[in-house]
Amino acid sequence: MAENVVVGDDAVDLSRRKFLTTATVATGAVGAAFAAVPFIASWSPSERAKALGAPAELDLSKIEPGQMAIVTWRRQPIYVVRRTPEMVEHLKGHDELLKDKDSESSDQPPYAKNTFRARLPDVLVLIGTCTHLGCLPKQRFEAASPEMGAYWPGGFFCPCHGSRFDLAGRVFNGSPASVNLRVPPYEFPSPLKLVVGVDETEKGAA
Amino acid sequence: MRIKVRALQALMCSALLLAAGSAFAAEAGEAAEGATQTNWKAWHAEIDIANKGALQRGARNFANYCLGCHSLKYMRYSRMGQDLEIPADLLEKYLIPPGEKPANYILTTMPAADAETWFGKAPPDLSLMARARGPDYIYRLFKTYYVDPTRPTGANNLQLPAIAMPPVLSELEGLKKPVYKAVEKQGEDGKTTTEQVFDHFEQVAPGRMNAEEYDAFVRDTVAFLSYVGEPAQIQRHALGIWVVLFLLVFTWLAWLLKKEYWKDVH
Amino acid sequence: MAAVQGPHSGATPERKGFLGWLNKRLPVDEFISSQLTGYYAPKNFNIWYFFGSLALVVLVLQLATGIFLTMFYKPGEATSFDSVEFIMREVNFGWLIRYLHSTGASAFFIVVYLHMFRAFLYGSYRAPRELLWIFGMLVYLALMAEAFMGYVLPWGNMSFWGAQVIVNLFSTIPAIGPPLVEWIRGDYGIADATLNRFFSLHVVAVPLALLLLVMLHLVALRQTGSNNPDGIEIKKKLGPDGHPLDGIPFHPYYTVKDVVGVGVFFVLFTIVVFFVPTFGGLFLEGPNFEPANPMSTPEHIAPVWYFTPYYAILRAVPNQRMGALLMALAVLFFFFMPWLDRSPVKSIRYRPFLSKLALAIFAVSFVSLGYLGLQPAEGSYVMLARIFTVLYFAFFALMPIYSRIGQPKAEPERVTYHAH
Repeated sequence: MAENVVVGDDAVDLSRRKFLTTATVATGAVGAAFAAVPFIASWSPSERAKALGAPAELDLSKIEPGQMAIVTWRRQPIYVVRRTPEMVEHLKGHDELLKDKDSESSDQPPYAKNTFRARLPDVLVLIGTCTHLGCLPKQRFEAASPEMGAYWPGGFFCPCHGSRFDLAGRVFNGSPASVNLRVPPYEFPSPLKLVVGVDETEKGAA
Repeated sequence: MRIKVRALQALMCSALLLAAGSAFAAEAGEAAEGATQTNWKAWHAEIDIANKGALQRGARNFANYCLGCHSLKYMRYSRMGQDLEIPADLLEKYLIPPGEKPANYILTTMPAADAETWFGKAPPDLSLMARARGPDYIYRLFKTYYVDPTRPTGANNLQLPAIAMPPVLSELEGLKKPVYKAVEKQGEDGKTTTEQVFDHFEQVAPGRMNAEEYDAFVRDTVAFLSYVGEPAQIQRHALGIWVVLFLLVFTWLAWLLKKEYWKDVH
Repeated sequence: MAAVQGPHSGATPERKGFLGWLNKRLPVDEFISSQLTGYYAPKNFNIWYFFGSLALVVLVLQLATGIFLTMFYKPGEATSFDSVEFIMREVNFGWLIRYLHSTGASAFFIVVYLHMFRAFLYGSYRAPRELLWIFGMLVYLALMAEAFMGYVLPWGNMSFWGAQVIVNLFSTIPAIGPPLVEWIRGDYGIADATLNRFFSLHVVAVPLALLLLVMLHLVALRQTGSNNPDGIEIKKKLGPDGHPLDGIPFHPYYTVKDVVGVGVFFVLFTIVVFFVPTFGGLFLEGPNFEPANPMSTPEHIAPVWYFTPYYAILRAVPNQRMGALLMALAVLFFFFMPWLDRSPVKSIRYRPFLSKLALAIFAVSFVSLGYLGLQPAEGSYVMLARIFTVLYFAFFALMPIYSRIGQPKAEPERVTYHAH
């Protein structure tokens, strides 16, 4: 060290230095963490993304019973199926073929954790992306069709890797997918009007 | 030498603070000297962005008097409702035209091509008008309309002579005409000339509001447009105080640390 | 797990563990001891010596905020302006990132001008630091290009017209001027093509050049060691341990001191960012909140404040070609300082009165020209701009003469230092 620099050698000096260094570094670290927040937050969906992800509305009278319509919500396809009483019947009787008949490990709002996986038995609302790797499952509503087999109660078939789901979106054994199709938040503000993206807990964007 | 250094430091600090302060003043807009009746160029809109009531009234004024021709294309109804604390149902009822969703941008229904035919130029979008020209410009624009039969709209404007925009607020303000006075000016060649200089406005026909009410109306609208120009400014000020305070604490700690280490140096 | 003890190198003791493993593969300890704890800087640095480290801080800030802005900005005639408003209104904290970047640009120039002025005060450009000075000047040129192109990107009306005026200056170059301008623009007027190439240069090319030049600048500094306010070479007086008697290890003394400088800087910086980001129209100009309009020129076209001294010089000359030439010379003259200055002493503290007067006049001229460049070129402003232009050039042109007039004071043997 140069002659003009004399390091204090009594304990008080050194401990004060250590304290001040720690205090300054700690404060600086806190500051740096706060400074990082705006940059990290900027990556979250912008107002525009949230606006485009606003709840999607659908007039149910436009769907024939037994038919399916697709709307977009938050860049995802939403399958809306008007189930006939026959289709609702076909939800029973194949429990042993399902991986998760009670929807224990799948993602749905509380009102969809039932056999129908819906608020009402005759309207099915699902996120139309296969829970395996994300392809769009195709509708195979006809029961016992030659293509699907005699046991087939009607449902969805994913062309990418062959996952099969029933008319409540529950996944069959033998499918590469391991969980049931997801159900988004939705509600019926009036009997024939469906709004996807809003319910008691989810206020929806915009 | 040490005293000189300290003095120099103090000088630089105060110079910087002075510059910042005057810029601050320019932005915050202290009342300009000489803002008399006569000196309309010094008229100044004292607005308080933090006054939500003023912003709400301004939003209502805009929807009723401006939205017919002017858009606010960078602002969403929902964002405005959120920042101005307007409940969703009131927003829907009073501020959102039928058919528009809350998340939509605030656009006018007047087709631009038609507007150009009718007015000579399309009414500009006003999202950034307060930032581009300043709130005082807008304030003065709405305070210096006067009757002028030679113009196609029947009115002229001191802030923007030969303005294409009709006096849309005249039902509120009434009609007024400028009164000039003769002022002698010394020309560069030494000769004195008499000039007609604006002195004050004279009310020609009454409007629905008196002078004070109209002034408040304009100021509320200007405040609203100032908010639309930069919606983040409310958050910006709030956050800024904490940031500066934190940095002052940090700098003080760093200063103590520096003093401690520099005891070594002789 | 302890690292295998290899043959003792002799100089640095072997480290154990991870650091030992690392040091065999990267010269970490060597770097710390040569550049930080073992680099001796003069102990008499004053306030003028904060601005180098501050410039580095602002560079990092601009890079970080710039990277994030580029994630949301969409270059293009039809999209640039809207994307900036998108950032200001709809990206979470986008307004903050934008203001940090715009204030940072002005802060960069404030810091760099003060940093350069320090060199004038203490003769830091003199031998053996000429190359250090030249690298610094190249950094300054790159910075001006970067700032100019950056200002075009929002595609406001001032962006457009500022670009129009400055690019048109190149048409004054004899013979190749007009085709050169068309080549720069990529079109017959400032257009989408210009905007997109400026975007690429501003985001990639010039920052890379800046980083390279800053690195060379720092390496050149370490090679010669720093100058100091007394202008004497501290390496001439070494102690028994081989270190300069008037030197102190950079770490911890100047690392700790520079942190204070950074703190004070950020206090002032954040006051501007959060309370006066447009700084009265100096940092973000009003006309730039209107989209670019080739059919409508703003009332006063002025470049951003950090270019206005040169703009004033340009306008002071009634001839376009001569004005452009003089403006270029005004910047280029800086490069020759190490050779124009013939004073036997480096620091202003020991120079005769005439040199002090010359520097004072230069400083006043530079600031005055800056102010005049912001004003419209009319009335008495025109004459004033011409007077200060003459004084500005006289500072450089006459320096070989006046720097030798008068008797300098005796330089001290050791630096003047008061404990603080």
